[in-house]
Amino acid sequence: MPFVQNFPFFSIILSMFSGIVSAVLPARAAKWVNGVLIGTVGVLSAILLVYLMGTKEAFVYWMGHFPAPWGNEIRAGALEAGMALFFCVILLLSMLGGQKKLVGEVEYSKHNLYYILVDLLLSSLLALVYTNDLFTAYVFVEINTIAACGLILIRQNGRTIEAAVRYMIMSLLGSGLFLLGLCTLYDLTGHLLMSNIREAVAQLSRQQAYTVPLLTTIGLISAGLAIKSALFPFHTWLPDAYGYSTVSSAAILSSLVSKGYIFLLIKIFYRVIGFEIIGESKVINVLFVFGLMGMVFGSLSAIRENDIRRMIAYSSVAQIGYIYMGLGLGTQIGIVASVFHILSHAATKSLLFISAIGLTDVSGGSRKFLDLTGAGYRNKLAGVAFTVGSLSMVGVPMFSGFVSKLLFMEASLGHAIKMFPALLVLALSTILNAIYFMKTVIRLYVPDKRPDFGQITMKDEKLYAATLICFIALNVTLGMFSQPIVNWIRTGLSVFG
Amino acid sequence: MLGPNLFANYGEAVAIILFGIGFSNLLLQKNLIKKIIGLNIMDTAVYLYLAEKGYIDGRVAPIVTNGVQEVGAYINPVPSGLVLTGIVVSVSVTALMLSLTIRLYRRYHTLDLDEISTRLKKEGL
Repeated sequence: MPFVQNFPFFSIILSMFSGIVSAVLPARAAKWVNGVLIGTVGVLSAILLVYLMGTKEAFVYWMGHFPAPWGNEIRAGALEAGMALFFCVILLLSMLGGQKKLVGEVEYSKHNLYYILVDLLLSSLLALVYTNDLFTAYVFVEINTIAACGLILIRQNGRTIEAAVRYMIMSLLGSGLFLLGLCTLYDLTGHLLMSNIREAVAQLSRQQAYTVPLLTTIGLISAGLAIKSALFPFHTWLPDAYGYSTVSSAAILSSLVSKGYIFLLIKIFYRVIGFEIIGESKVINVLFVFGLMGMVFGSLSAIRENDIRRMIAYSSVAQIGYIYMGLGLGTQIGIVASVFHILSHAATKSLLFISAIGLTDVSGGSRKFLDLTGAGYRNKLAGVAFTVGSLSMVGVPMFSGFVSKLLFMEASLGHAIKMFPALLVLALSTILNAIYFMKTVIRLYVPDKRPDFGQITMKDEKLYAATLICFIALNVTLGMFSQPIVNWIRTGLSVFG
Repeated sequence: MLGPNLFANYGEAVAIILFGIGFSNLLLQKNLIKKIIGLNIMDTAVYLYLAEKGYIDGRVAPIVTNGVQEVGAYINPVPSGLVLTGIVVSVSVTALMLSLTIRLYRRYHTLDLDEISTRLKKEGL
């Protein structure tokens, strides 16, 4: 076995132990451990990605060297390794961008707790990405939820506690359904390893046996993960949680936590149930409809919002809708579009959250649109960054959002019945996106000299400026060099199942 | 066919009904403590379901005491293992929910989540 095949396991265990060690470290040391950890995991994932792009196939890693039906497994292909690398990049940039705010908003004595939570969140995300065992996936889903709840709570005020309670309630409903679905699936197939379940499910569907329980199971698992990733009617906790937590948390929650669940759902579609059976089942039609509704209603709520952070949060609801619409098409290219949108939305939404902080800082800390007038002149780089994020969300060429919209259009053209509603809602949602994002950008650049608010230049906050520049570069890279990335997703998906 | 099937699997049926009760309590109750009770009923229902599914009539837990080593004498230990793991998870989320409830109660002196929301809107924080 080549040594590089140990890397997924190393990444998971390294992040978990960093969390444990950070518990006894002072805040400064915990911060360094956290930074070095994310960097190391990123490098490990990058090496793994290069190796897997070379071999063009996935490998299975036996945990504790027990063979297939008994042991626990890790399975890594190009898609998983690339996803891990991408998550690390976004996590590192979000942590760096929110560093200053963390100092201002969270008591110093709680800083090392924050880094513990981030370490554990990273380990659970990596485990969700790499695991090949359904019950392990459930346990790490719960760890992810608890860590995310801590990230919301770390800034203590009434709003965040209430948001955390609502988040926990929704998440627990989701994981209850997921657990029940998982138990039924274990009961039907007698396996917990994903690849073994798929063989058993394929056999069941050939024999036409247990069709109703199987359908129920798919429904329960999809509904559970959809609730956890804040698909449209289950998004009530989201604006408060993203709007009032500290900015790193908001960026991490919107771009990583919900994406981890969606990635797990895609994995279950491919590897546990089998893509043909999913394509024939009615469950994806439900996901499709809710995705479309989310795209419209999320944007409508965002238009009504008068608070920049909450507006960005509502926009997340719409973007999650896009991803579920892609899943709901039930075609290979639909999944490619969804995976690309996971990347594009993660890069854009964290950019928007981080740049919004720079803008509110030069507006007396107010997040109301009226006070933000002219903020683009007071903090030039944050203004540019916010504009880039907005253009990308709307889907202007050169930025990442354009490519994902193009892929969604292409994907929906391949489907006879779903083509018309998908295209219609895509167009409608683009217009709605344009309304609220362009409204904000215009507001930022309406000349309004307010001497009392002061200015922030790039030299004042070097780290913050560097983070924003990296984010902009990432966004433009995703937009301009999309072909290699789409090829990578295709290669990854071909060995994913 | 439904009747005999239902009676043969009454344990599972009870578990699913309990799951429904717990689920709707967690979703619909206003009082936070009742919500947490709902959560626990829901989780326990899943464990009952797993235990029912894992048990085979006339077999015993897979611990060799009297020298019998054939597989047919014992039940599958995996569902019990899953129940144990699940209990650990549900204990930790219950603890987290209770601590959040204490925080909210100290701040607002009520357990009604909707009332807390309306008060937060009035505060306009």
